[in-house]
Amino acid sequence: MAAINRDDVAHLAQLAHIEMSAEELDRMAGELAVIVDSVKSVSEAAGDDVPATSHPIPLTNVFREDVVGHTFTAEQALSGAPDSDENRFKVPAILDEA
Amino acid sequence: MTDTNELIRLSAAQLAGMLAAGEVTSVEVTQAYLDRIAAVDGGERGVNAFLHVNTEEALAVAAEVDAIRAAGGAAAEELHVLAGVPIAVKDLIVTIGQPTTAGSKILEGWHSPYDATVVKRLRAAKMPILGKTNLDEFAMGSSTEHSAYGPTRNPWDLDRIPGGSGGGSAAAVAAFEAPLALGTDTGGSIRQPGAVTGTVGVKPTYGGVSRYGAIAMASSLDQIGPVSRTVLDSALLHQVIGGHDPFDSTSLPDPLADLVAAARVGNVEGMRIGIIKELHGEGYQAGVENRFNESLELLKQAGAEIVEVSCPNFQYALGAYYLIMPSEASSNLAKFDGVRYGLRVLPKDGPMTIERVMGATRAAGFGDEVKRRIILGTYALSAGYYDAYYGSAQKVRTLVQRDFEAAFAQADVLISPTAPTTAFKLGEKLNDPLAMYLNDVATIPANLAGVPGLTLPGGLADEDGLPVGIQLLAPAREDARLYRVGAVLESLLEAQWGGPLLDKAPALVETLVAAKEAK
Amino acid sequence: MSTDATLSFEEAMEKYDPVLGFEVHVELNTKSKMFSSAPNVFGDEPNTNVNEVDLGMPGVLPVVNRVAIESSIKIGLALNCKIAESCTFARKQYFYPDTPKNFQTSQYEDPIAYDGYLDIELSDGTIFRVEIERAHMEEDAGKLTHMGGAAGRIQGADFSLVDYNRSGVPLVEIVTKPIEGAGSRAPELAKAYVAAVREIVKNLGVSDAKMERGNVRCDANVSLRPHGRERFGIRSETKNVNSLRAVEHAVRYEIQRHAAVLDAGNPIIQETRHWHEDTRTTTSGRPKSDADDYRYFPEPDLVPIVASREWVEELRATLPEPPAARRKRLQSDWGYSDLEFRDVVNAGVMDEIEETIAAGATATVARKWWMGEIVGRAKNADVDPGQLGVQPATIVELNRMVEDGKINNKMATEVLDGVLAGEGTPAEIVEKRGLAVVSDDGPLLEAIDAALAAQPDVADKIRAGKLQAIGAIVGGVMKATRGQADAGRVKELILSKLGVEG
Repeated sequence: MAAINRDDVAHLAQLAHIEMSAEELDRMAGELAVIVDSVKSVSEAAGDDVPATSHPIPLTNVFREDVVGHTFTAEQALSGAPDSDENRFKVPAILDEA
Repeated sequence: MTDTNELIRLSAAQLAGMLAAGEVTSVEVTQAYLDRIAAVDGGERGVNAFLHVNTEEALAVAAEVDAIRAAGGAAAEELHVLAGVPIAVKDLIVTIGQPTTAGSKILEGWHSPYDATVVKRLRAAKMPILGKTNLDEFAMGSSTEHSAYGPTRNPWDLDRIPGGSGGGSAAAVAAFEAPLALGTDTGGSIRQPGAVTGTVGVKPTYGGVSRYGAIAMASSLDQIGPVSRTVLDSALLHQVIGGHDPFDSTSLPDPLADLVAAARVGNVEGMRIGIIKELHGEGYQAGVENRFNESLELLKQAGAEIVEVSCPNFQYALGAYYLIMPSEASSNLAKFDGVRYGLRVLPKDGPMTIERVMGATRAAGFGDEVKRRIILGTYALSAGYYDAYYGSAQKVRTLVQRDFEAAFAQADVLISPTAPTTAFKLGEKLNDPLAMYLNDVATIPANLAGVPGLTLPGGLADEDGLPVGIQLLAPAREDARLYRVGAVLESLLEAQWGGPLLDKAPALVETLVAAKEAK
Repeated sequence: MSTDATLSFEEAMEKYDPVLGFEVHVELNTKSKMFSSAPNVFGDEPNTNVNEVDLGMPGVLPVVNRVAIESSIKIGLALNCKIAESCTFARKQYFYPDTPKNFQTSQYEDPIAYDGYLDIELSDGTIFRVEIERAHMEEDAGKLTHMGGAAGRIQGADFSLVDYNRSGVPLVEIVTKPIEGAGSRAPELAKAYVAAVREIVKNLGVSDAKMERGNVRCDANVSLRPHGRERFGIRSETKNVNSLRAVEHAVRYEIQRHAAVLDAGNPIIQETRHWHEDTRTTTSGRPKSDADDYRYFPEPDLVPIVASREWVEELRATLPEPPAARRKRLQSDWGYSDLEFRDVVNAGVMDEIEETIAAGATATVARKWWMGEIVGRAKNADVDPGQLGVQPATIVELNRMVEDGKINNKMATEVLDGVLAGEGTPAEIVEKRGLAVVSDDGPLLEAIDAALAAQPDVADKIRAGKLQAIGAIVGGVMKATRGQADAGRVKELILSKLGVEG
């Protein structure tokens, strides 16, 4: 497995939408390298014949009947919104055209 | 009326009995706890277990219960056994009418417009909610030092950590600020704080308690569970919050077993109790090991059969956990982006796009440990690495489950120390994430496999006089076994100590007053 | 916005062989959403058809709608797919403000339905088989409205507003395998394929299937390769092509654009394109790149769906007759010739005619109106006939007015235009425009001509002033009109016809 470097962290931070300063990227790269190194044995622990477990307790077919339940008023929906307008959530421009 | 200092030291079961008998009112009990919180929680050296104290509502619920009791009749008869017994709620669990922060700046001031299922059940049982307890930000940590609102202090030694992430709930119960609390346990966040504060905590079988309204860290590992001072109290609370919830697809459909009855069985004769070879010995503090061996001896004397089992794949459990947990967390925490609720931070310069606002909001709103785990999880799930990391970790999960299956073929209940060490000093491991992660080495396997686990106080370590936790593990859906064995071991230990372990804890009011005067 | 160069379609076809692929999103018409109990309703006040789940609030968990699963299985069966014995949900992760959790709950490795096909009938009756790779379940996103800047476009917007009412509406995404061999019929096939999918989901009753409301949305993939080469060219993906005509036009345009790029010796950029109905062109969206790392992983909050064979067979038993069989039945019920029926199908008005008949019109009348009047108007307006806004009840009413002699056919088309212009109901328009007539002289004049021709001697007598003889002609007209005519009026008309003063 490849070691994790600063460029990797910068890419990951971009995927995760967390702005990071140059120092933060360096520090994070160092810390993650140590953590990743410590968990690398995991990749060799199980053979191909071992199935993956995604849920600790296996259940199947858990459904809800198609019945309408409670809704919020627009006021409730927007009660925690940082910004809103016309009963909708307001967000800055999506494209950068400056 | 009982002296309030005595009142707050009573167990929930005792309080319930007195309330039912009319020997005390819920308002008196609730007020006594609110007074205790006011006395020991705040200030520079205070316990800081609470992020929010819910005085008005708690007293209103208490008064309602008292009025129902006073009026008598069917309504009084139908009151839940814990009606009027106050409780604290970990601030990872959403509540209408009180802020929910998850210990993070990104949710500062946010009020949930809905109640978690467990909170609905507390309300239905008419248990006054004292407030919301401190935690590591988004439950990520083992010391409560990663809270954005300052660390919680361990009531046994205010310079030490109360464990984490549920240090607030454990410390509140240990400091007699609440008789009961709710915690959440993803890798040990109920049990490890229980161990280092000398309290009881239970992580139920995965799916045994609804997760609806618990802010998710790692969905396939998270469980809500009870925190208390006695095993019976945890059983009583588990009975309130447990059972099927149609709002949680992973909620077990099975009816809840009678856990209170299990806690009252009173014997372990003939039960096979398995020592997990891999979860003690090397890496465990000597004082922890000694108390663990003592408990084994007591159980043996009580007629249990002690067997040794081996779980060889547990060596990979910590690594697998630190891949699965951050992976799921990185996804679960994506929703905190400054669009719908919570903090929004604008970038200092450059284009003001939504993308950059999200980036600036998450940069300012999340603490270092949260960022670390999000980046680690993003890495483990990213193209080209999934199979080696997340995929492999899920396979290890299968191996851990197989180890448990084999172990439970030989033993009815497994036993280990809950944490490898007693409480460490605040700040001691803050800059060493790996050392911090090792605190959960004994608790993590249960989360990976979904099996239930209980911690109870096993005494004080010889070298530092701090509490040691004993962990019991049972097969999935067999939570009742934990209560049966736990209650027996608790009574054997208390008989040795001549009373509850917490009686040996420092009286905080005096300590805090002394601290204030020294200043 | 710069305009891309295009080659003529004919030249493009001479040089290149198109390969198509479609991703059609179908919104299911369940009562509640895919994972929450909030109502699945179109067009309400913003952010009112939501609860904590649809807003992605902290602590929420999804629970799967049983009917959405059953509808998905039905779609799979109707597309001749295999139904997975067991399938799971996965999280597709990307940040976008219309996606409240910043991941979409979808299916990844194991779609509920896979390996199917659909036989598409082209306008000349040729059958073209389109292979279906998969049909998987997912949830819809909220709706962004871009404010400031021009025409609500994302380009140049100052800010955007988000309404999460649509967030969590159940979707089934139907993905084809690459479609080869369509040649110059690619645009036609594209339209026919999407029409067929729309017909299927509508016929199943699992979707309202209104393209104008976004119930059925198509992303069209197009690539070109030189004739004779096996390897596919690089494709573009044109997003949200939201009418049948647009599907046809978008595929044609992309073929022409690709051809021009390749002809100039340039590489095609793998990217998403946005379709613009106003200019009938596409513009570049965001290029697809390695940065698209969705970090799929199994949704831990949902458990696997196991579709037992019994369950699947139960659902299969509830399926309505397949569209092909239905067409056969309708053609025979309506008594249309093969050619008439194919024209109806190609014009895309089969459902509309069926609804019109159900509303009370005869098959002949329904066809006359849709094929004779509405299809042409739709063509002029550049929309699908069903989207023109003609209600079956309107046609029935218009026809009744004509049959009752209140208006004639010419007036009826005028009234139809009035209805389409939003002037009101046919009755209101007749009233407003003063179109109502006491009787229709046309048929009477015909009958009079016939009666006069049959009795030339009587006609002469009348011309000569013997007005009493008129009775014989009136009698003939009354007989021919089965007594429906107004005898007084008939008399007037005969006299005016013969140039005799009464």
